[in-house]
Amino acid sequence: MVIQTASHRTERARAVWDVLHQVMDPEIPVISVVDLGIVREVHDEAGALEVIVTPTYTGCPATKQIEFDIRQALDKAGFEDADMQISLSPAWTTDWITQQGREQLKAFGIAPPEGKTGKRALFAGDANVACPRCASRDTEQISEFGSTACKSLWRCRTCREPFDYFKCI
Amino acid sequence: MSKVDPLFETCLRLGDTALVLGQRLAEWSSKAPTVELDIALSNHALDMIGQAQLFLEYAGRVEGKGRDEDALAYHRQDFEFRNAMIAELPKGDFACTMVRQLLFATYASMFYERMTASTDADLAAIAGKAEKEMAYHARHAGEWVVRLGDGTEESHQRAQDAVNLLWPYAHELFQTDVVDQAMIETGVLPDAAAFKGEWLGEIEAVLKRATLSLPEDDWMPSGGRSGQHTEHLAYLLAEMQVLPRAYPDAKW
Repeated sequence: MVIQTASHRTERARAVWDVLHQVMDPEIPVISVVDLGIVREVHDEAGALEVIVTPTYTGCPATKQIEFDIRQALDKAGFEDADMQISLSPAWTTDWITQQGREQLKAFGIAPPEGKTGKRALFAGDANVACPRCASRDTEQISEFGSTACKSLWRCRTCREPFDYFKCI
Repeated sequence: MSKVDPLFETCLRLGDTALVLGQRLAEWSSKAPTVELDIALSNHALDMIGQAQLFLEYAGRVEGKGRDEDALAYHRQDFEFRNAMIAELPKGDFACTMVRQLLFATYASMFYERMTASTDADLAAIAGKAEKEMAYHARHAGEWVVRLGDGTEESHQRAQDAVNLLWPYAHELFQTDVVDQAMIETGVLPDAAAFKGEWLGEIEAVLKRATLSLPEDDWMPSGGRSGQHTEHLAYLLAEMQVLPRAYPDAKW
């Protein structure tokens, strides 16, 4: 869902994407910032490189660390001249997590967000989430907020394991 | 009153309300009834402080005097704060915190939903992020207000006391003054009065499920958004600002 324009497809832009694919989320170190949908665009126009990133939750304490890690990776790969821009709009959504990212979350024991983000609704909890370990849907929510703002806490009634669910926003 | 820039004033109102409510929610860290709620309320506090950071950072840019979000948060006096008073009232018991969250977050999610269409690109972008977070807060609070209201005799009484205490302060969220009018006319802000009926409908629906009732409309205190506050704000700021006041150049 990353917008592909001509300026994305230069050799250097592709090399920057490769570098960013190696930058892992500090809280969930199995998923890259690209697969999380945090890196929105890479432009290479008239010799000027521009990387556009977007924060997840406004108060996410990992945001600064992520920006720092991206900057450091770019510098280390020789892209010191790349300009990093933070963009709030359009607002980040879990719909931008790639299929590969979803598989990586699941392998890590975190149930990936299911379905598309919906509109605001009171009392409209998530339908039963599939357990990332045994795939059972006989699960229940323990708490709407888990170890971080982006996750809620669930329990599988089949394999009895508790697990985190990456909430749809 | 000196001439105020309505956009700067608006950013302060939005940012200060988020900041002060975030500080109140953070007071639950390590003190909530269960560990899950401790995490939930700390996450709520983070969302509010994150939103405050965005609004106040923008306020600093609008003002153009070199103040950043930290300068605005930590180096202003209570009478310079522009938050709605409902945010500054003491956290009270858990019922009080949840009823406030219900009243405020339901309002804020509706307000930000409309503010995504703002003619001001920065405010529209912040609203796009805040809208999603406030919807979560409203849902979480609604579920708890039902549990408490329709719970034991004691939890019902405490929830009803909280509704009675907070209800008068909710009206300030929907009042408009010259600053708001200027912003509404230019399409920067939505007119909150236009969705008050819809908001009331949602609140009443939750309270009905919770077997709680709204008190009669009586006094409707206001003034927080123009700098007139209850005594509670100064104490909150004293605690929140103590470190940057004592060590103005302190860095993490």
